[in-house]
Amino acid sequence: MADDREGRFGEPDDFRQEVPEPQTSEDAPVADADLPAADTTPDAPAMGDEALEAEAEAEKARPTRGVVSVFNRSRRGTYRAQSKSGAPKAKAKGSQTKMVALPSDGIVPERDLYATPVLECRHLGIDFGGLHAVEDFNLIVGKTEIAGLIGPNGAGKTTVFNLLTKVYQPTRGTILLDGVDTHGMTPSKVAQAGIARTFQNIRLFSNLTVEENVEIGLHNQVRCGMWSSIFRLPKYWVSEHEFHKQAIELLDIFSMADMANITAGNLPYGAQRRLEIIRALATHPKLLLLDEPAAGMNPVETEDLMANIRKIRDEFQIAIVLIEHDMDLVMNICEGIAVLNYGKIIAKGTPEEIQGNEQVIEAYLGSGAKGA
Amino acid sequence: MAKNFSFSKLWKGPFGTYLIVIVAYVIFQVLASTGNLPSVIIGLLPTICAYIAAAVSLNLVVGISGELSLGHAAFMSVGCYTGVVAATCYSAMFDIPWLVFFLSMFTGAAFAALAGFVVGVPVLRLSGDYLAIVTLAFGEIIKNIMNNLYVGLDASGLHFSLTSTTDLHMTNGKIIINGPQGAVGIEQLSTFFFGFILVMLTLAVVLNLVRSRSGRAIMAVRDNSIAAESVGINTMKYRLMAFVVAAALAGMAGVLYAMNYNAVVPVRFDYNASILILVYVVLGGIGNIRGSIISATVLVVLPEVLRFMSEYRMLIYAIVLIAVMVLPNVPAVKRFLDYLPTKLPFLRKRSEVPGDVVGGAE
Amino acid sequence: MGFLENLINGVSLGSVYAIIALGYTMVYGIARMLNFAHGDVIMVGGYVSFIIASSMGLNPLFGILAAVVVCTLLGITIEKVAYKPLRQSASLTVLITAIGVSYLLQNLALLIWGANPKVYTSVVAGWPKLMLFDGQLIISAETIVTIVVCAVIMVLMVLFIHKTKMGKAMRAVSEDPGAARLMGINVDSTISTTFAIGSGLAAIAGVLLCSSYPTLMPTTGAMPGIKAFTAAVFGGIGSIPGAVLGGILLGIIEVFAKAYIGTQFSDAIVFAVLIIVLLIKPSGLLGKYVPEKV
Repeated sequence: MADDREGRFGEPDDFRQEVPEPQTSEDAPVADADLPAADTTPDAPAMGDEALEAEAEAEKARPTRGVVSVFNRSRRGTYRAQSKSGAPKAKAKGSQTKMVALPSDGIVPERDLYATPVLECRHLGIDFGGLHAVEDFNLIVGKTEIAGLIGPNGAGKTTVFNLLTKVYQPTRGTILLDGVDTHGMTPSKVAQAGIARTFQNIRLFSNLTVEENVEIGLHNQVRCGMWSSIFRLPKYWVSEHEFHKQAIELLDIFSMADMANITAGNLPYGAQRRLEIIRALATHPKLLLLDEPAAGMNPVETEDLMANIRKIRDEFQIAIVLIEHDMDLVMNICEGIAVLNYGKIIAKGTPEEIQGNEQVIEAYLGSGAKGA
Repeated sequence: MAKNFSFSKLWKGPFGTYLIVIVAYVIFQVLASTGNLPSVIIGLLPTICAYIAAAVSLNLVVGISGELSLGHAAFMSVGCYTGVVAATCYSAMFDIPWLVFFLSMFTGAAFAALAGFVVGVPVLRLSGDYLAIVTLAFGEIIKNIMNNLYVGLDASGLHFSLTSTTDLHMTNGKIIINGPQGAVGIEQLSTFFFGFILVMLTLAVVLNLVRSRSGRAIMAVRDNSIAAESVGINTMKYRLMAFVVAAALAGMAGVLYAMNYNAVVPVRFDYNASILILVYVVLGGIGNIRGSIISATVLVVLPEVLRFMSEYRMLIYAIVLIAVMVLPNVPAVKRFLDYLPTKLPFLRKRSEVPGDVVGGAE
Repeated sequence: MGFLENLINGVSLGSVYAIIALGYTMVYGIARMLNFAHGDVIMVGGYVSFIIASSMGLNPLFGILAAVVVCTLLGITIEKVAYKPLRQSASLTVLITAIGVSYLLQNLALLIWGANPKVYTSVVAGWPKLMLFDGQLIISAETIVTIVVCAVIMVLMVLFIHKTKMGKAMRAVSEDPGAARLMGINVDSTISTTFAIGSGLAAIAGVLLCSSYPTLMPTTGAMPGIKAFTAAVFGGIGSIPGAVLGGILLGIIEVFAKAYIGTQFSDAIVFAVLIIVLLIKPSGLLGKYVPEKV
């Protein structure tokens, strides 16, 4: 297969179709389908010793990307690789270099394979005092994926959300939102860049009406300056009409349009949760983060929520990441799941793989427990 | 867009507020012209308007934006003194009283807005009690500066000094601001009508701002600033917006106030004055614009009305203030007050108890 | 010499502020309220000691004692009547009530003792001045006594807070009143004690203040109260060492500003320093930043 690849480097279609099978142990994670040609740095951690060694060799054979070919052209034969298990040493000619796909444990839905992932976290971490609340967090979320982030209480899940939305600034690591590095952005900037979220303890604007809450979500979608508002210029009337229209449209999707004039603080709990989601959607995000959306819901409401989440993804074509404790919901609806414990990811994969993963079961689900 | 038109809705909305003010103005104006108002009250009418504007503008900061400002009177003083200086200049240029007045008012507003910006940028990075104490500190600083400000006008223009009148180096000019003596020899251009205009203008600005995209953003930042940030709202921008607009309005009120008197000393705008305006706001209901109008009117007039008990009036004022704050929270009284709306339906309204807004969701 | 003299005077003035600031910081830390009326309790202390000592001609010590007793009772009463019912209310409501209490005290004083300034006889009148450096540096007895008293109070307060049961209760209530209550601590009496101590300290501060600056009027307490409050915030509200540090620093800054820049702008400078410090370190010099849980 290696020989097949040589000389084909310049042909993207062929290259991508050839997904390398993991030649290592059975419990290596799922095949890496996601390798957009130019951007990935060779950093995705693989599981399993052999995969690690293979990566180490590849690493040594290619100390820095892009440098090897220069080396080979100008100093033929002077570079020698140290190889443990007899893997081919670095060759002098660039055309004889065997390039392999980098193993990565990132997974995306197949339909999103050719789109930029909406979220890429690399070695994300934050310390509070001496406590590593989140450490070496790596995650890739596909453009329209419904992903789940689960783990015991205190594992750091909400902290991850806070990092993504820049409520906390990461101490280490990179966050790429739709390919754009969000380094240094403030929470409002990163929200404008396309992340929206709901909160574990509902954070609504309780003194404002339902419609006004949604209109605040639409704040950056429809604009009207202070002076236009004070002097009631035509722009004000046009934009207010637009606000009202879009707000009602959004509320209609979740059959809440008739509650438009109720003060948000007076809503029943389930409606408050739905309103928070609608407000987040109003910002037209690329990625929606839901923090325990099913908390306090009975099975019927949870079913509704599941349908709503799917509906959101289908209609808006966005990605959703859920933090949830309700395993029914998670296993049913999530396409990819990451499991967090003590701030580190202990497993990543599809619902089936997670349910079968011993470490996860031990840490979280409890022995003998299975999801839905 | 009003789909269900009803008089009760109209009454409850901003039009009701405008209506109250217009009606009140007409009544008082008629009473004044026909000599049915004691002259001390007639002289007080522009002052009442000034304090109404000040209270409404402070309500924008405290009630709508949810920040405690203990230095609001300082913006009145900035407006007052710049307005007086401007008026002197404008009067020298043209002799149309109403034009001089309104130009001075807007000049005062502009400078007060600038002061609001300069104070707001550092202050609004803090929160809660720290913000309050820093606004107090800024208020004292501004008062201190005004106490040392000397401004004069002569043939060659305006002169400024922070030390004394002699350092103005003026020849045969008019001293406009005389340090601790404040503004002297003010041209008294304020009238009740101008005051009415200012009140309407203040109401229009505040009510229009509140019911708009910017107003929603300001209230969102108040109710839950973390959530507001999470939907992409620049919290600093909107807190600053409320603060600066309020400062500008207070500046205008300061001009109206100043030109109702012959002289105004800077000490008039110390932290006591700021707290007085805050009391008007709280008693009228935080966030309740209409309430501010009523409470400011009553509380400005009250000390005058109680003048016959002059020795005891401030004491009674203080006792009433404490009673109004404490009694509604005493359990027995609370039970009674909760019971009342069930018997008298027109008392039912959206909860606007002091403290409902500030210190709410966060 | 000028520098040293100013420094010592600054420390002395700062000591008064420190004692007042202690009251503010303790009440804020434990009852979570800004007791605007605190400055006026100082004024009451001044008047009571004045009446006892000057008008009735008794030993100044009785004056001090009476002031402490009266102010302590006053503080407890105010707390029970005006602040306790508002424990669950928003801080703004309590603040306005405190303002009302402040006005009440000022106007009662006005009614009872009149607006004419009283000339206060220092409680250490007749005590010798300290002469140093061949008489180039003269330190008045009041200045020394003020500093010493402040130091003693600070030591006592720190011991109290850390070594006594009530002190422990206070620290617990300031961290989490709910949990403290569940642990069997009587939160009500803890808060009352806090007010009592704060008010007692205010009485002492009033006596010291009037001894150094002998003019006494109903409004005498207001400005020092404001300044001491800013000192408490400056040093980190809720922190006892912070209050003392803030008070003393503020006193030094004020005296130096008066001496080297001029009395006219001394207030502005004092407040400007406060603002600058808070902008750099929002929780005050010794305060802790408590992040909000999201």
